[in-house]
Amino acid sequence: MSAENGVSRRAMLVKLGLLLNGIVGTFLAVPIVRYLMSPVIREKKFGYESWLSLGALEQFPAGQTRLATYKNPVVNAWDGETADIACWVRNVDDQTFQVFAINCAHLGCPVRWFPQSSLFMCPCHGGAYYQDGSRASGPPERGLFQYHYKIEGGKLLIKAGEMPTPGRAANLKRGGTTCA
Amino acid sequence: MRLIQKLGDWFDLRLQLGAPIRETAEHPVPRETASWFYVFGSAALTCFMLQVVTGILLALIYVPSAGEAWSSLQTLNHGITLGWFIRALHGWGSNFMVAIVLIHMVQVFLFGAYKFPRELTWIVGVLLLLVTLGMAFTGQVLRFDQDAYWGLGIGASIASRVPVIGPWAVNLMLGGPIIAGATLSRFFALHVFVVPGLLIAFVGVHLLMVLKLGINEWPMPGRIVRRSTYLQEYHELTHRQGVPFVPNAVWKDILFSGFVLLSIAVCAVYFGPFGPGGQPDPTIIQTAPRPDFFFLWLYALLSFLPPSAETPILLIGPAIGIIVLLALPLVAGEGEKSWKRRPIAVLTILLVAVALGTLTHLAEHTPWSPVMDAWSSQPIPSEYLRGRTALERRGALVFQAKQCHNCHSLDDKGGQRGPALDTVALRLTEDQFIRQVIQGGGNMPAYGKNLSPAETTALVAFLTTLRPAGQPPARNASQAVALGASEVSPRH
Repeated sequence: MSAENGVSRRAMLVKLGLLLNGIVGTFLAVPIVRYLMSPVIREKKFGYESWLSLGALEQFPAGQTRLATYKNPVVNAWDGETADIACWVRNVDDQTFQVFAINCAHLGCPVRWFPQSSLFMCPCHGGAYYQDGSRASGPPERGLFQYHYKIEGGKLLIKAGEMPTPGRAANLKRGGTTCA
Repeated sequence: MRLIQKLGDWFDLRLQLGAPIRETAEHPVPRETASWFYVFGSAALTCFMLQVVTGILLALIYVPSAGEAWSSLQTLNHGITLGWFIRALHGWGSNFMVAIVLIHMVQVFLFGAYKFPRELTWIVGVLLLLVTLGMAFTGQVLRFDQDAYWGLGIGASIASRVPVIGPWAVNLMLGGPIIAGATLSRFFALHVFVVPGLLIAFVGVHLLMVLKLGINEWPMPGRIVRRSTYLQEYHELTHRQGVPFVPNAVWKDILFSGFVLLSIAVCAVYFGPFGPGGQPDPTIIQTAPRPDFFFLWLYALLSFLPPSAETPILLIGPAIGIIVLLALPLVAGEGEKSWKRRPIAVLTILLVAVALGTLTHLAEHTPWSPVMDAWSSQPIPSEYLRGRTALERRGALVFQAKQCHNCHSLDDKGGQRGPALDTVALRLTEDQFIRQVIQGGGNMPAYGKNLSPAETTALVAFLTTLRPAGQPPARNASQAVALGASEVSPRH
């Protein structure tokens, strides 16, 4: 066997070794990527939202807007108080409700309700919304995010489980319109 | 002494590091670079080393769990001997590090250090700036308080605006559907493993290039950088007139680094640690979240951008900024180095500095945010009520009760979201007041559905009194002509 042949044989073995590592690497990459993407995969497969109760209807008197809290349906044991989410419930006329996300439609800060002036105001960049959630002024491009709701057995249920953000707006109801 | 020498020789025979270290230390640098202007890079590295040490010390106690992080920070502040001091060192070290990295960047930009052959050194430096800011942001999240929680919400809201993949990006960023345990865990991994790993790698490459290519010479007006001649010129600068880095230049680096460490320690002792603020409980909504100092400018910018332009500017702006920084040495790799002959470079720095400074200053006062409790905590000054009629005083009550004061100031008290109303009656007539209050507009909500006619009348009566004594209120001149001057007399 000539020296040249020897070199090329070893070079081929190096290539073979690299190829083997490449194949194993690809096999490893798939589960790693799937592991990293698990929050997205889970959302695609099962969704994060489910119907949950905000409590008895009596807590929400007609014509008023009250703060309600719920435990997020998807939680880990170590979430602590971050699993508790707040929202604003507006009882329009005992038949019709509006449930607004606490997050400003601009950048997600918690909006506060001022019953005296019937406005929601955001402490971050000064967004303001009317009582029906429609945009009144400031940087938000749209009204407050609204949860779907239904009434069952004297309780107010909303479909929730995911932080509302402007990019997800298509999945949520538009602020400013009331529908049963 | 001889024992130490022997021990040293024993190690050096095996490690063989003595000669290269000596060579590196004594490598010649241009004489003028032994300057106080050339100390910021080493100071940034010193800050980073302090961050590594204090970061590891904090990790001994800190619990990266959403349910426990906040109380572990309280334990660090109050329960562990000098835990507060380590937290303060880490917090202030972070501020100093960002500041010094920025100063370093301005210095090398003005000294033309990014030009041939140091283009890649600059590009890696830009990456270092980005990972440093990444450390600052992820670190702010680990101080898991209300500001961190809502700051993550702002980050998620921005990420969600990315076309097509926005919602995915939010899930990936938060590690799930909401800001919770998984979110803090991944920011912990980023802050403690991923970003520092990148930082160490980039610092290594950055330093290696500084050593291999040599420190940028002091720019002389008229000494033009050309690819064909520069290396030869630099060789002469260093080898004919150069001085050894150790000790001629290094003593300034060492002294300045010591001064920076001392300043961090003094700030840590004097001002103490940063927070944590209120508990990260999303149901506590009585909060006004604010980012840390180095992101305040962004906070201000986000309140001033027109709604329609916000998403494109937010998503494209940073990308353009980073591309410009990365492309700078490739576009302007040759030519004049001295800032004395580069007016546009100097003006750019001034413009950026003034813009960032102004935005930061504004963000410290947040004139765009309603003062949420002004209506109940800041009374109308008594001189605005003295000698007023019952109706006007009733209007002042409406002004408070309907939260007008949250956005409008009187005598510099109250919100600044809307214009100050001290002299508003000189600008608006009664009819204009009614229209503005009922219909809103110009970024003011409409109060039409929310004020009874009696309340509106009273409020407008109060508003027309808001003018300096002795000056008549605004009047509608055309109305006066149409109806005859006698019929439209001012109220007062």
